[in-house]
Amino acid sequence: MSIAPAEYTSLESAGPRNEEYLWTLNFGPQHPATHTTLRLVLKLEGERVVDAMPEMGYLHSGFEKIGEHLTFNQYVTVTDRMNYISPVANNVAWHHAVETLLGIELTPRCTYIRTIVAELARISDHLLCNGAVGLDTGAFTFFLYAFYQREVIYDILETLCGARFTNSYTRVGGVSQDFTPLVIEKIRAFLKTFPKTLDDMERLLTRNRIFVDRTKGVGVLTKEEAINRGATGPVARASGVTRDLRKDEPYLAYADLDFNVACASAGDCYARYLVRMQEMRESLKIVQQALDRLPDGPVNVGIDQRTALPTKQQVYSTIEGTISHFELSMANRGFEVPFEESYAAIEAPNGELGFYLVGDGDDTAYRARCRPPSVLHFALFPHLIRGHTLSDVVAVLGSLNIIAAELDR
Amino acid sequence: MPITQPPVDAVIQALTAAVRPCDVSVFRGQTRVVVPVERALDAFRHLAGAGFDLLVDVTCVDYLDYRGAKQRYGLVYVLVNTVTNERLTVRVFADDPDPTVPSVTSIWRAADWLEREVWDLFGVRFEGHPDLRRLVMPEVFTAHPLRKDYPLQGRGERHNFPVLTRDDG
Repeated sequence: MSIAPAEYTSLESAGPRNEEYLWTLNFGPQHPATHTTLRLVLKLEGERVVDAMPEMGYLHSGFEKIGEHLTFNQYVTVTDRMNYISPVANNVAWHHAVETLLGIELTPRCTYIRTIVAELARISDHLLCNGAVGLDTGAFTFFLYAFYQREVIYDILETLCGARFTNSYTRVGGVSQDFTPLVIEKIRAFLKTFPKTLDDMERLLTRNRIFVDRTKGVGVLTKEEAINRGATGPVARASGVTRDLRKDEPYLAYADLDFNVACASAGDCYARYLVRMQEMRESLKIVQQALDRLPDGPVNVGIDQRTALPTKQQVYSTIEGTISHFELSMANRGFEVPFEESYAAIEAPNGELGFYLVGDGDDTAYRARCRPPSVLHFALFPHLIRGHTLSDVVAVLGSLNIIAAELDR
Repeated sequence: MPITQPPVDAVIQALTAAVRPCDVSVFRGQTRVVVPVERALDAFRHLAGAGFDLLVDVTCVDYLDYRGAKQRYGLVYVLVNTVTNERLTVRVFADDPDPTVPSVTSIWRAADWLEREVWDLFGVRFEGHPDLRRLVMPEVFTAHPLRKDYPLQGRGERHNFPVLTRDDG
């Protein structure tokens, strides 16, 4: 059944083997099941995939180059466009990296607020990923259930910061808007209604014979392979890697909160689906606890740190506020950036999302490297699909949750 | 809040004993080791044996006009020990012309596409990489766009686009 994986074969270097009987199928860049623009060149023997060659770069927009020309606060709008199905998580990751480089300590309220929005982003991301897996394997109703709930999260974020998709919510040393009572009320309403929908979704698909047959045992990734090939996030955790940055390197408020890390050992598409379903429940627990314990106090760091813009009240009534506002608005008077470099990562919905920043005294980064989880997951694809049938391609691709904008940047 | 990571002193001592000279520095709780390029592969093999089983990232920084930089290309390898959760950043430097560093694909398969991306965007060649092609830019592209001497607007690409005016349309 399985064909021995030929190491590092590409179409050019496939060699003089007699492969004339093989079909070559071009899958994408525009295909309903790729969801975004990515391309696969498949080699088929009948319906069985002998080899796959992923191609990327169709959505390359030079985000890292742009990062060297925009200030730390401006670039957050570009991070929105990386993983656009959970933009807030990218915002949090970017400013987490910036604050690591600058050595800024956030206020307790800000860490809790960022934790809550990052977990809402995780739920929204997993809803899309699992919904799309369901859609690609024929479960359309499931997809609609998932998308209805994503709409609720969009509504919460719109109430919070005015934008549904591209939120640009964080700022250096804080966030753009504090939580209002209405936002908290909406999140509480979501916490109340969402578990019921999640139960419905589980009942629809988790034991559905067709879905289980199409995903169980398909695209198996062993634990050793997952680590060696750099898988992170739900993809690695479904293979038995118990790595979760929220537990292993607690950032924001995660050290104070009680939650479990969802893991599985099978490493197939079904396990990845189950891990994502369970992670949504854990995220709900985190949001619930963080909301209950949400500290009072200021949301941005103080004026003395001169990183976040002071409030209007401070600008008009204190001299420190006026000076700070003036200096932050002036070019080359803003942040004090060390001639140093640092790497900081968060557990984004897809895996480890990190930024490697080099500072050169200026308030734009000298180098803003984004470490996207999707690149390493897409590189896994040929390994996972070899020996499976053509119809498994969409199941494996969906379960890896490749987001082309993040892949190509 | 900056992440505080556990110190990796024991690993560093063993590494400097095996591969010298190493330049060790710490910033915001992150340990960085600079390894000479000719001993880089030995150092990576040693670190992989010492438990650094996850290669998180391979990237590059072009220090063309950076203050105090001696060599132009600084490769960055972010390693993680998945058992102890230690992190270690390894730096390898290369210089013009023809910057070349050894490929680590034989140790961590994760390096495959990451090294292709660095080759694509910086033009740093990885010796021993099995399939060193461009990753994000088209095959026919000749420049390496993330180099500091490459302009933000591109060089010639936009000017060669066909211009359509409203009258043509």
